[in-house]
Amino acid sequence: MMDRFACWVRGAAAVVAVSAFALAATAQAQESPEVLVKRVSEDVIATIKSDPLVQAGNQARVREVMETKLLPNFDFARMTALAMGRNWRAATPEQQQRLTDEFRTLLVRTYSGALNKYRDETIDYKPLRMNPGDTDVIVRTAVLKPGGTPIQIDYSMAKAAAGWKAYDVIVGGVSLVTNYRDEFNEQIKNGGVDGLIRTLAEKNKGATAK
Amino acid sequence: MMRPAEAAARLLGALAVALLAGCAAVPSKVDPLEPMNRALFEVHEVADKVVMKPIIDVYTAVVPKLVRTGVSNFFNNIDDLFSGVNALLQGKPEKAGNDFGRILVNTFVMGGIFDVASDLGIERGDEDFGQTFGVWGFPQGPFLFVPIIGPTTVRDGTGLLVRIYAGPVGFIPDVPLRNSLYGVGAVDIRAQATDAMSIVDTASLDKYLFIRNAYLQRRRYLLYDGKVPPDKEDE
Repeated sequence: MMDRFACWVRGAAAVVAVSAFALAATAQAQESPEVLVKRVSEDVIATIKSDPLVQAGNQARVREVMETKLLPNFDFARMTALAMGRNWRAATPEQQQRLTDEFRTLLVRTYSGALNKYRDETIDYKPLRMNPGDTDVIVRTAVLKPGGTPIQIDYSMAKAAAGWKAYDVIVGGVSLVTNYRDEFNEQIKNGGVDGLIRTLAEKNKGATAK
Repeated sequence: MMRPAEAAARLLGALAVALLAGCAAVPSKVDPLEPMNRALFEVHEVADKVVMKPIIDVYTAVVPKLVRTGVSNFFNNIDDLFSGVNALLQGKPEKAGNDFGRILVNTFVMGGIFDVASDLGIERGDEDFGQTFGVWGFPQGPFLFVPIIGPTTVRDGTGLLVRIYAGPVGFIPDVPLRNSLYGVGAVDIRAQATDAMSIVDTASLDKYLFIRNAYLQRRRYLLYDGKVPPDKEDE
């Protein structure tokens, strides 16, 4: 009798555990891309507005906020591949990894610089038109500045096993990722893939552009 | 100090060298004049650092934010008029109505110094002659980099000339006042670009290419009113 009960409890516990996990997983997967963009944006804005270190201009803290809250929602390998165009396949897996790391650092530096200029803007999230089976969407937002012209910021997002991730940011019609294509091409033409890695690494160390 | 004629001669010499040097490279479709443009970009960078940047620094330090915003609004109000005219020329009466509505609201409140229309939720239009020519089917033409003015194309540059010719600043008979308005207008534009330029400095591997491509992408986006057809060259 006891044995059977224990077995039942264990079985029930297992069922509960598995379904809780599945529930959590579906909750994650079912968060629609525009809800994700809104949640992450509002979270980052709330943090940079209230965090005393960020307000004091502490760059390390700004990057830490980005690393924990913002960056896990971006697919940097895909962003790098897009910026590389057809050169991506010519790179070895090691080169691809280094390129992704350096490009990521460059984008983070740029973005944290832009975040520092963030004052009293608000974000308007446009309703997303999306079919149930879509795995690639554009989430549209506009940054409103009191007394200024709104700036459109769109996120290209793809659905992966782990949920939605952004692979391009389009500011006022300018795709951040494709904007790099000619620059990457030029570096590769002059110094190969390693030349591009070197240039990115130097840039990230604080050297300014020519 | 170089005399202007001497400086011009040197500049032309530098351009000729740049043009000849460019013969070796394969010219790009959008930017066949790249060597010349790069030379002009270098001129722009120096002029910007030596002349514009110090003026902007003084302007932003001395003139209060409220007044600077008023200056921006004053010029924006004039631009709104041309946005409306161009919306009409492109057959977009609704956009034109929006622009003319803005002008009515803003002009009657302190002559365009406050952007009341934006506070009321009437968004600014963004049409100009360059886009109108594009809608009419004129090709974009080669990319151009003009010192102080910045990135443009043959089509957009022509549009800008039409815009300057159309006034209203050009109609002001008092020359010092007219020139001051041109000057303040240029300072206002440059001051507004300060944040963006510092971002470009951080982001770019090759500042010229970064600005050129961002400009061309932006213009394409504006031409299609945000509904850009997919690019065949992608991926």
